[in-house]
Amino acid sequence: MRTATLASETDFDGWRKAARAFRLEGIEPAQARFVVEGAGAQSGLFDHSPPAPPREGGDPAPPQDKARDRLGPRLRGDEREEGFSVSKAFVDVARDVVLHRSGDRWDLLYRLLWRLRDEPDLMKVVSDRDVADALERAKNVSRAGHKMKAFVRFRQVEDEGGEAWVAWFEPAHRVVERTAPFFQRRFPNMRWSILTPDGSAFWDTHELRLGPPATRDMAPAEDEIEEFWKTYYASTFNPARLKVKTMQGEMAKRYWKNLPEASLIPELVAASTVRTDVMVATPATEPNVRLARATAPVIERAADDLVASTLPELGEGVQGCRRCPLWRDATQGVCGEGPREARLMIVGEQPGDQEDLAGKPFVGPAGRVLDAALEEAGIDRSDVYVTNAVKHFKHEPRGKRRLHKTPDAGEVTACRWWLDQERGLVKPKVVLALGATAGLAVFGRKPAVTKERGQLVALADGATGMLTVHPSYLLRLPDEQARVLEREKFMQDLRQVRHSL
Amino acid sequence: MAQIDLRRKLSVLADAAKYDASCASSGSSKRDSTGGKGMGSTEGMGICHAYTPDGRCVSLLKILLTNFCIYDCAYCINRVSSNVERARFSVQEVVDLTLNFYKRNYIEGLFLSSGIIRSGDYTMEQLVLVAKTLREVHDFRGYIHLKLIPEADPKLVEAAGLYADRLSANIELPRDEALARLAPQKDVSVIKKAMGQVRLKVEEARPQKREKARPPRFAPGGQSTQLIIGADGAPDTEILDRSASLYGGYGLRRVYYSAFSPIPDASSSLPLAKPPLMREHRLYQADWLMRFYGFSAPEIGEAATGGMLDLAVDPKLAWALNRREQFPVDVNLAPREMLLRVPGLGVKSVDKIVSVRRYRTLRLEDVARLTRSLDKVRPFITTLDWTPGGLTDAADLRARVAPVAEPQQLSLF
Repeated sequence: MRTATLASETDFDGWRKAARAFRLEGIEPAQARFVVEGAGAQSGLFDHSPPAPPREGGDPAPPQDKARDRLGPRLRGDEREEGFSVSKAFVDVARDVVLHRSGDRWDLLYRLLWRLRDEPDLMKVVSDRDVADALERAKNVSRAGHKMKAFVRFRQVEDEGGEAWVAWFEPAHRVVERTAPFFQRRFPNMRWSILTPDGSAFWDTHELRLGPPATRDMAPAEDEIEEFWKTYYASTFNPARLKVKTMQGEMAKRYWKNLPEASLIPELVAASTVRTDVMVATPATEPNVRLARATAPVIERAADDLVASTLPELGEGVQGCRRCPLWRDATQGVCGEGPREARLMIVGEQPGDQEDLAGKPFVGPAGRVLDAALEEAGIDRSDVYVTNAVKHFKHEPRGKRRLHKTPDAGEVTACRWWLDQERGLVKPKVVLALGATAGLAVFGRKPAVTKERGQLVALADGATGMLTVHPSYLLRLPDEQARVLEREKFMQDLRQVRHSL
Repeated sequence: MAQIDLRRKLSVLADAAKYDASCASSGSSKRDSTGGKGMGSTEGMGICHAYTPDGRCVSLLKILLTNFCIYDCAYCINRVSSNVERARFSVQEVVDLTLNFYKRNYIEGLFLSSGIIRSGDYTMEQLVLVAKTLREVHDFRGYIHLKLIPEADPKLVEAAGLYADRLSANIELPRDEALARLAPQKDVSVIKKAMGQVRLKVEEARPQKREKARPPRFAPGGQSTQLIIGADGAPDTEILDRSASLYGGYGLRRVYYSAFSPIPDASSSLPLAKPPLMREHRLYQADWLMRFYGFSAPEIGEAATGGMLDLAVDPKLAWALNRREQFPVDVNLAPREMLLRVPGLGVKSVDKIVSVRRYRTLRLEDVARLTRSLDKVRPFITTLDWTPGGLTDAADLRARVAPVAEPQQLSLF
């Protein structure tokens, strides 16, 4: 049996040196023992050797070890190593596990270190009993650190330096040193101390110092703001939703004695049933009439069958439209936009994701394609009335995105109520329909886009109609060559439109 | 009205704010006060500083600026026609309370909402002023969540995003028709437009790869909303469809579900009963499946009866019982997406399984160490040494894996 003495309960470096030396010497886990100085550890019954001297510099094995290593094949238990390294994953876990209060943590860590010799990937096998055990303890430690961030309660004191803040805290594991920098980052301009049974941390606005264990009476007993905090705690509790177990799962009873608000818990729990029953049983009261005259006006939805005499009025109608169910999942109705005296009206399919949010037609990617093409064709977009066959965005949610869905004939027909009014108000000379859905809305029948594009057609209202592809079609073409070709065709259509204006 | 003392106000205005389920202080940008003049930090992960006996966490000072309100929403205790005691904080009082609580490590920051007084613009201005004072005068770097007043000027929404970590506007009722009936001064499309504006601004503030200059920050913690459950008759499937649409449309971080709970001085237009907490719990589980497990709302709805989720088993187990042909799944071979569909395996367990199986072939005892609920998992998986045989298709599987209902306390009368 070999014993290493560690300087403190959290002496990771000491353990690391000793464990390294043990492993280099081939001390099997069953033969290795770690004791903390002054932790009441008597020397073990089977201690035959003095504590392993921590090596200075540590890493290279002594020369005589090297000599022995050359003697023969590596044998388990009689093996000598030339110094070794372990994965960062192990060191990180070990640093956490050391802070755990369990007495056998050193042995567990040494067992892992020993096994890593033959199983270098061991730390990745999180289903292994020892690894799972170490990870569980590391998690407990990390949780204790998190709870310390949560449950420390500072109390204000005055001393010769002015105002200062002191907390008494009893962490589940030895996490004071580990967690103190969190408070340093959070409160760099306050002088604070956190006192615990394991040790203390002090911040003077410049330097973080660690100190010896403390006792509760060294911390102040009260703070006047605590009454406000308790008032808040009691008021933010909803008695109709009592879930004491959930509360205890997150705020273990071990912390309660140092949380000022926890003293209210029994009373709040006891009163909750009565409070809820009273609320449920109390008949509705008469409305308060004194404030009734201050009530905001009721929102009236614009009528869906509105016949508009101006474009703004038409916009209101589109906002309130319920002629088909598409309004439900859309943000808003997107009415057309442009001058009332526009000679050209461009009709797209429906607003897309961006248009739905912005409330304006053709502001997304397809809109940018259209804008560029119009400019190139010598058409000023500000002279054009741009709108869509369908005014609400039809889509399907897919995770954090919305996938565009083509409107069906029923939706197009329902929405013609608005498009026909737009055409009636604007009275354009030319109506350009982009794609099949727009074609259906403008011509009243589903056209064959590739066949019919580019043809000038007389419409019933006296305007000239023309059909071309939707700009999003150009965006979707995967082949660069096809895109250039199709864009040129689109440009031809636009130029023809310009000539007929 | 006589000036009521600050503690009384705190009591009234915290009580009035407690029906908002949102409590998170997570998901914002990481920052601290090193080198600053004030205090405060956020480390990405939220911290719950206390828990109340209703099991909910206290992370933020969640209060209303005032519970006076010119709206008359039937489900709300602060509606204009309610006889509840009224109070109003001054901007400075909220700032002082926040700083005093923060210094003592009671809270992560402030969640500030308000009844609507005078106008949407005026109310929003007051909320923004609190956040601005905290940030600019006191260099406060803790978490701030501001409630959006959707009717307010878009410029005020923009200012709010500049100071706040998170913004939220509550949709409140899953059915728009019900909102028109129960909250006649509210307009769902105005709420959605405000959420759309926030989404656009959040996306704008995300630094582009090529740009060097950082755009000004805007609500780095994103936005959330709340749906009240059990006040308007909407079934679960409709609620989940609504959530899916909100997540997709506005990039929300969270949709909160708040079981409609009895309020003092209730309106006669809503029935009073104890809140359906289990239903709310199942909705949160289903929501979780949509956000982290690749389930769509219609898939979850497959196992629902009459549009309602099963109260006895969780929605993933309900789905699996309904789709037994998909099981058992070989934990040593199945793709991650399929492992995520196994009842009892969470995202963390699945990630561990995927990582371990590169080094070891898993046995049942290995799986047992990677999950908390082997009993639930067992009928749906195969491992090196385990196959469920006929168990997956057993007629009584549901009874075997469903937790036994807790005995109900009989009434004494």
